[in-house]
Amino acid sequence: MQDRTGTAVGKPIQRIDAVEKAAGTVRYIDDYTLPGLAHAKLVKSSYAHAKINSIDSTEAWKVPGVRAIITGKMFPYHIGPILADRPPLAIEKVRYYGEPVAIVVADHEHQAKRAAALVKVDYEPLQVVNSVRDAFQTGAPLVHENSGQYMKIISNVYPVQGTNIGSHIKIRKGDFIKTWEACTTKVKETYSFNLSDHVALETRSTRVEIKSSGKVIIHTTTQSPFTIKKVMNQFFNIELGNIIVHTTIVGGAFGGKGTVQLEPLAYLASKAIGGKMVKLNYEREEDLITAPCHIGVEATISLGTNKDGKIIAGQYTFLIDSGAYTDQAAGITRAMALDCTGPYNVPNVWCDSYCMYTNHPYATSFRGYAHPELTFAVERTMDQLAKKLSIDPIELRKMNTIQPGDTSPTQSVITANNIGDTLKCLERARELIQWDEGQRLEISNNKIRAKGISTFWKTSTTATNAQSGAILKFEADGSVNLNCAAIELGQGTKTILAQIIAERLKLEMNKIHITMEVNSSYDPHQWRTVASSTTFLAGRAVLAACDDAISQLKRTASIALKCSKEDLEVGGGRVYLKPNPDYGVQIKDIALGYQYPNGHAVEGQVVGHGKYIQRHLTPMDKETGFGKPGPWWSVGTQAIEVEWDTRDYTYKILKAVTVLDGGTIINPATATQQMRGGMYLGLSFASSEAFLFDEGGIVQNPQLRTYQIIRFGEQPVEYLVDFIESPAADGPYGARGIGEYGVIGMAGALANSLSAAAQVELNHLPLIPELIWKTKKEHLK
Amino acid sequence: MIPFDFEYYKPDSITEAIQTFQDIESQGKKVIYYSGGTEFITFSRINKLSADAVIDLKGIPECQVLESLGDLLVIGSAVSLNKIAKSNLFPLLGQAVKQVADHTSRNKITIGGNLHSRLIYREGVLPLLLADAQVKIAGKEGEQVLAFEDVFQQEMKLGPGQFLIQILVEKSYASYQYISIKKTKTSKVGYPVVSLAAIAKDSQIRAAFSGVCAYPFRSAQMEAALNDSSLSIEKRIEQALSRLPAPIVNDIQASREYREFVLINALEDALDALKGAIS
Amino acid sequence: MIKNGSSKSVVKLHVNGDSHEVTIRSADTLLLTLREQLGLNGAKRACENGDCGACTILINGEPMHSCLSLAIESINQPITTIEGLKASNIQETFVEKWAIQCGYCTPGFILNCHALAETEPNATDEVIEEWMQSNLCRCTGYQEIKEAVKTVLQAKTNKI
Ligand SMILES: Cc1cc2nc3c(=O)[nH]c(=O)nc-3n(C[C@H](O)[C@H](O)[C@H](O)COP(=O)(O)OP(=O)(O)OC[C@H]3O[C@@H](n4cnc5c(N)ncnc54)[C@H](O)[C@@H]3O)c2cc1C
Ligand code: FES
Ligand code: FES
Repeated sequence: MQDRTGTAVGKPIQRIDAVEKAAGTVRYIDDYTLPGLAHAKLVKSSYAHAKINSIDSTEAWKVPGVRAIITGKMFPYHIGPILADRPPLAIEKVRYYGEPVAIVVADHEHQAKRAAALVKVDYEPLQVVNSVRDAFQTGAPLVHENSGQYMKIISNVYPVQGTNIGSHIKIRKGDFIKTWEACTTKVKETYSFNLSDHVALETRSTRVEIKSSGKVIIHTTTQSPFTIKKVMNQFFNIELGNIIVHTTIVGGAFGGKGTVQLEPLAYLASKAIGGKMVKLNYEREEDLITAPCHIGVEATISLGTNKDGKIIAGQYTFLIDSGAYTDQAAGITRAMALDCTGPYNVPNVWCDSYCMYTNHPYATSFRGYAHPELTFAVERTMDQLAKKLSIDPIELRKMNTIQPGDTSPTQSVITANNIGDTLKCLERARELIQWDEGQRLEISNNKIRAKGISTFWKTSTTATNAQSGAILKFEADGSVNLNCAAIELGQGTKTILAQIIAERLKLEMNKIHITMEVNSSYDPHQWRTVASSTTFLAGRAVLAACDDAISQLKRTASIALKCSKEDLEVGGGRVYLKPNPDYGVQIKDIALGYQYPNGHAVEGQVVGHGKYIQRHLTPMDKETGFGKPGPWWSVGTQAIEVEWDTRDYTYKILKAVTVLDGGTIINPATATQQMRGGMYLGLSFASSEAFLFDEGGIVQNPQLRTYQIIRFGEQPVEYLVDFIESPAADGPYGARGIGEYGVIGMAGALANSLSAAAQVELNHLPLIPELIWKTKKEHLK
Repeated sequence: MIPFDFEYYKPDSITEAIQTFQDIESQGKKVIYYSGGTEFITFSRINKLSADAVIDLKGIPECQVLESLGDLLVIGSAVSLNKIAKSNLFPLLGQAVKQVADHTSRNKITIGGNLHSRLIYREGVLPLLLADAQVKIAGKEGEQVLAFEDVFQQEMKLGPGQFLIQILVEKSYASYQYISIKKTKTSKVGYPVVSLAAIAKDSQIRAAFSGVCAYPFRSAQMEAALNDSSLSIEKRIEQALSRLPAPIVNDIQASREYREFVLINALEDALDALKGAIS
Repeated sequence: MIKNGSSKSVVKLHVNGDSHEVTIRSADTLLLTLREQLGLNGAKRACENGDCGACTILINGEPMHSCLSLAIESINQPITTIEGLKASNIQETFVEKWAIQCGYCTPGFILNCHALAETEPNATDEVIEEWMQSNLCRCTGYQEIKEAVKTVLQAKTNKI
């Protein structure tokens, strides 16, 4: 691990993007317009499952300004990040309400929109698969008749032809069946929630243009510019070098902008009008249901202990509602399996994680990638187990915490270096939530205060070759510019990278310039900005670039100072002699090469470059799950205190606690921002969010009016965030990923607190007062 | 983005508005009155509404009145919900409309628009039902003042081309003890699961409801039950519930059963809040 | 009477102290006109349904969802957008209090906060909540925004 001088790392340095954001002058993708820009609007399915008999666009063509109307016939192929099962425009049938069926391109957006409403699609309704449970039944109507024939983009995906199973991931560790018989205490419970959404405030938007040279220029809201290149290359046969993806500051993503949906549509639209630039901007309704959303889950967990309360066997069955297509849900299915136990040592594990097709909007990654979802189920089970054993919930967790020497569900060996300190997190959270004053207190006639706890872990489930690159360029004034394709989504990535540079080059923050824009042809390859992996991957790449620059600076300085490189040190905007720091040269005088007094110049500009790629990760074995999924596990504990009204079943969230072992915290202020934001997202999801479907699979709440997220004033009265900093050996300055972690334990902690308050087991989300009322009523029956 | 085009007129007087309406309609065009315009804009955007022309009523001085005139309170139809609440002219109405939508939207939503909304809620209706309000209506025959309860039959029943100019309420109604309760699914900003307004007049409770049935209502039968002092509070509520004018709504805000539960609580709260003032 | 045909016409808008001629359809919302005609992109489109507040601007000093107004309705009225709020301590406070992440909600919050500070600097927590509930933020969890708003109001009342 790198030594810190403490100039920048560990300091609450103000975000470098905040001033412009406050001024309102930052431009997001939708903020650009150009004369002559054409506009695309989608014709979307009004059924969840129906055969397309015909499409009649006669009336639509009559709208002035219409330039093209495109249907699935133009591109009758399937695409996808893991399993290529999704036609960008529906062909033959539609599989979810809101699915793109045709594109209308017109001079103005309102013309395109008017025409889109006039495209008449003749549908023949098919039987709707409206839940994972229905989907799993033998003889269920099939969402995909030929899933076995789809092309696999990543090897770890196992569709089962003739069923609605899009993938099935197994974990077989130890001997579950035999051990289960020997367990003295057992619990088995089922949990569920519907699909929901990311609701990034910025809706998705894209502009595509095809130049006569063959270059395809894409400006888009994305977390994955290089994945877009890959998709456009793989499925549209465009040379990689001819695909240029630009992105700028993104207005929130939460996983929802990690996959590729709009860009191919806008590409087809541009192609249909001779390559002119076309903009496709989603309205909120489209962003909620046409664009990929957040999975739904039905999970059943059985835990068995020995007589001391040690968990010895666990069975986990996950039915993941991936909606009409697998997209990233296939990867989430895998992630759900590989961390299925939570941060507990379970020697015998049997896990079946199924990615299920249904006729719902399709799902993609969501901040936490399977972990908020599995943690909700695991942590509810832990509380119910504690109750059965009459053990304090925190004590039960402590007794079963996974420790160095134990193995994960995929049989990866846990070491002191690759995992954080769960016990410390538990202890600190216990203090912060004041657990010992009592889990449930009656404070007045009809008010109960209750607490719930949740521990969690998450490995960074990246591709085994996930990587990042960085280039440092110097200005003639000695300041540096960083090119790196890590994307600023609001998480503060660019600030963190600047801090790492400042620390390494011992330079002031204001000497570091970081472009917010990413351009795939100038910036080095970056896997994606997801999976809490960016501080780690890009951070390491940036460090390597700094080291490279330092070595170049020293070399030039050694000429200027007529000494050996080894005697030199870089810092404070200078390169100087270690034994005599007063003797040195300013970086500005050597940044573009050194010039002798006689005018001769040597060495030239300093261009530092660096890269980092994941090491020794392996895919999972098909039958047992054996494999090494990630470089480390971040762990943490979260807690919630609620005040619940026994009369009307409403509640207020008083306290939300997060204690995370995120390794070294590069910027405590942005890290706290991230935690609070994550906690909020998790609480909003757990307390109020879900798509509601009618019998026909039609989403009943496709607007923010009815798809409600937590508003100002409804957040926890108090957020308490603390970090345990066990450094990660591999991380930049010992940092681990933290971006997703605030979300993970919230649903579990909230459900545990409310279950304690209402004295019923609340195993379904969202935890609206009506659900508590209903559960209580059924319980009393 | 509104996909269709329309003509926009903002008349300066009532007669001009009526005339404009007739002129455009006689050309075979669909005309719609426009007040705050929030419903028009949001419904048009999603193709749930369309018109060839809109007539913005905000330029008509009579529609902007908000004052007390003799023993009447006069509320122009184009006055925003926030202005009504802030003026405190008619506190119950102020309280009830303060619960509609969010603060910023209430700077735009008008009382006229709320009363004529296509949504089932129209929470501004409740206080008017309780206060025996009158409404001044413009039409090609001229202006007329009618009892609100005659005009409001589950929804506003205005004739073709007519529009609401003002709401008139006897001042005395501003002084009765009142309560306004809104219960939502989760967030404070949201459509009501139950919205209830009640006043105590002559030792009797008057109560009106929104969100409960498919339209806002006040029911004499329910009030009779609520005012039956021979019964316990529980019994009164039970009786009142058995006299609902229509089935309880079952939708994404709440199931029928839960709505009933929320309604019972709201009624208890209302009776409790007004208990000193009713028999 | 103001009349506007169904095709495009030229009108004047008074934005940030200046008068601008714009060519609009009657159907154009103020949000769209500010963004596409005047390049004032600080007001964001995020729901066009009055649900999120990202499009908040001030008309006559009152916060309005610019997605819920037509441009044609807004002629003859003083309009303020985030771009017109130069050198305001509100922006500084939002930065200092860490109330900004992705920034998409920020202009809306700042303008709403500005209007609140101008009209009700002594606002109670309840009033602050009533006003600010009009704006959604998906990144921050609202705590930092709340602190920023309270700091702005405090500074305002201390000055008076
Ligand atoms: C964000 C948001 C949240 C909302 N939440 C709620 C809520 O919680 N509770 C609730 O009750 N409602 C709610 N509403 C609905 C709102 O109250 C109605 O949509 C209302 O119609 C809007 O008023 P307006 O003045 O903007 O209407 P406009 O769009 O101007 O008009 C609406 C309708 O009324 C007609 N109309 C308007 N004025 C007159 C008049 N003077 N005479 C005759 N007809 C007239 C119009 O022709 C049109 O059909 C909400 C709306 C929004 C935008
Ligand atoms: S865009 Fe206007 S309120 Fe959301
Ligand atoms: S900072 Fe992203 S929505 Fe508020």
